[in-house]
Amino acid sequence: MKVTFPHMGNLYICVKGMLEYLGIEVTMPPKTSKRTLTLGSKYGPEFACMPLKLNLGNFIEASELGAETIMMAGGCGPCRFGYYAQVEHSILQDLGYDYDIVVLEPPDKSITELTSRVRQITGKKSWWKVIQSIRYGYLKSRAVDTVELLSFKTRPRELLTGETDRALNQALKEIDRAQTVEELKLAEARGSEMMQDVAVDSNRRVIKIALIGEIFTLLEPFANLNIERHLGRLGVEVDRSIYLSEWINDHLFMGLLKGIRSTKEYCRNASPYLNHFVGGHGLETVGSVPVYAKQGYDGVIQLFPFTCMPEIVAESLLPKVSAAYNIPLMTLITDEHTGEAGMITRLEAFVDLLERKQYQNYQGARSQELEVRMS
Amino acid sequence: MTGYLGIDVGSVSTNIVFMNEEEQVLESLYLRTQGQPIKTLQKGLKTLVRSLPVSTVIKGVGTTGSARHLSAVMVGADVVKNEITAHAVAATQQVPGVQTVLEIGGQDSKIIILRDGVVSDFAMNTVCAAGTGSFLDQQASRLGITIEEFGPQSLKTKTPVRIAGRCAVFAESDMIHKQQMGFELPDILAGLCEALVRNYLNNVGKGKEILGPAVFQGGVAANIGMRKAFEKELGLEVNIPEHYNVMGALGSALLAKEAVTKGNKTLFKGFSVAEMDFNSGSFECSGCPNLCEVIEISEEGTIIARWGDRCGKWSNALASEQVQIS
Repeated sequence: MKVTFPHMGNLYICVKGMLEYLGIEVTMPPKTSKRTLTLGSKYGPEFACMPLKLNLGNFIEASELGAETIMMAGGCGPCRFGYYAQVEHSILQDLGYDYDIVVLEPPDKSITELTSRVRQITGKKSWWKVIQSIRYGYLKSRAVDTVELLSFKTRPRELLTGETDRALNQALKEIDRAQTVEELKLAEARGSEMMQDVAVDSNRRVIKIALIGEIFTLLEPFANLNIERHLGRLGVEVDRSIYLSEWINDHLFMGLLKGIRSTKEYCRNASPYLNHFVGGHGLETVGSVPVYAKQGYDGVIQLFPFTCMPEIVAESLLPKVSAAYNIPLMTLITDEHTGEAGMITRLEAFVDLLERKQYQNYQGARSQELEVRMS
Repeated sequence: MTGYLGIDVGSVSTNIVFMNEEEQVLESLYLRTQGQPIKTLQKGLKTLVRSLPVSTVIKGVGTTGSARHLSAVMVGADVVKNEITAHAVAATQQVPGVQTVLEIGGQDSKIIILRDGVVSDFAMNTVCAAGTGSFLDQQASRLGITIEEFGPQSLKTKTPVRIAGRCAVFAESDMIHKQQMGFELPDILAGLCEALVRNYLNNVGKGKEILGPAVFQGGVAANIGMRKAFEKELGLEVNIPEHYNVMGALGSALLAKEAVTKGNKTLFKGFSVAEMDFNSGSFECSGCPNLCEVIEISEEGTIIARWGDRCGKWSNALASEQVQIS
């Protein structure tokens, strides 16, 4: 049984690590590319959001490499993603791809529903082993997040353009290659070292922007047209409202691990603007703006795929939140277009806006200081 | 005489402005790009150099517009800025205290909100081209009038017809229906202006606080019918600056002045670039399934810039020696 699953940024490193820990053979689709999108938009329904099309393209490309079983997340919220696994499976069947599918989603009636689904993949492995493998996958996601966080800091400050990306790729490769918990620890340490070795100008003034919005678009660089890299090169330190390890802790471990950042904080801050779950990460998106404003971020960019309902709800509420906290906000909607010029123009203009504002505040603070001294 | 050049190479028009030390526009050019940015820019520079005194010294150059990176590497620009910042800078200089900039160009439209002289919010049209200059052009020619007659004709209206403005396709079919029912041309034209203004305010201006003084610029500002429709809908006086159709270029000239006053010497290569041999070529990178189309710009046979690659393999290869441009 060769298992495959869709790409979402660096998710593959953790899930592949977890499955291989159990001795399961994994066949990954090639990294999401224009070909993936072409295949997905050819066979996917026109009105569906881009993640469905990219998933579908991933599965077709994985099948070409011999994948037989799809492992896919599900859901039961108002977001359409909840039924994507079933829709994608049925499209693939129509096209003649003979796939088995295992959907991991919260059980309807009893926990045995979920455990029997997990058994379809893990076979007769003991539950202890399964739990250990999940822990291992989680550790991988922590390692991935560690080096990514470092890249957010170094990219806007790097002396030689492109050095951060080179180091990050190398670090991620090391983490991906690690086979045991011990190797993983070493790989994480080496990866962090590589990131810290990138030559930077630590005195450079940077702008801080938080990226918020829909999880897939935030995590998959193909879907967001490499926004983190573009912003980094414009001298912007970014943060993302969602990281892999947090998502795993919040959703798979039910927040069992304490002391790490949780998206629950966003939900608490969404009130009074939004007091209700609206599907996907709509609630978190609204609540993340106050959180970032309080942390001193200069601006916020909301990202989501065209037709994404939860984020559209959030989009209509965000101007109020942004005005209340005096933090500039821009919304970018992505779809099948792969030309980056339009996005870069908007990013540049947004960064200009923030720079001028920062400069004004700086001048204001200086003149106040002078006044105080004079009096 | 000393002064500054501002260059705006957009999809429809290429504009060049020469500005003196007192920030007055002495020369301005408005050319059609016609899909050939390199040639058009060279033609523009040739025309401009003829109208300037021989002793003119260019102290700084700024570029903007969708071909800003291309034109920057060609002429050697001191500042490369996006259209939004350039338009905002120009509007602030032309109408001090401006709080709203309505800009409608050939292929795009934008709104810029300024407070205390600084951009505080902006938006650009995203997926829809309804309400841009190209659509007006197309409808004028369908109705058999020139675009210059469009505005004055529309003012003769007594009762503007209501036309669906949400989408260019809907607007066109709605217009045809009204025309076939026997409405007069001025009423249809005025109705179209009102529909476009509604569409602009709903799509681009949605959720923005539009306060006066307001400025209307971009090629479409030449259309008096559009100005009246804006004034009627907003209940505000709408100013049209003298250089409304070259505001992007003026903004980049102003930014160039700012850039060189910080003490930098201009990177301008001189007007001889108009005679130089520039070539752009492209190839498909086969390094991964993205198959990026990489564009190469060469000057007299030497590659001076590359862009278009997602991973940065090609643009970075030059970046180590050259200024990063994309």
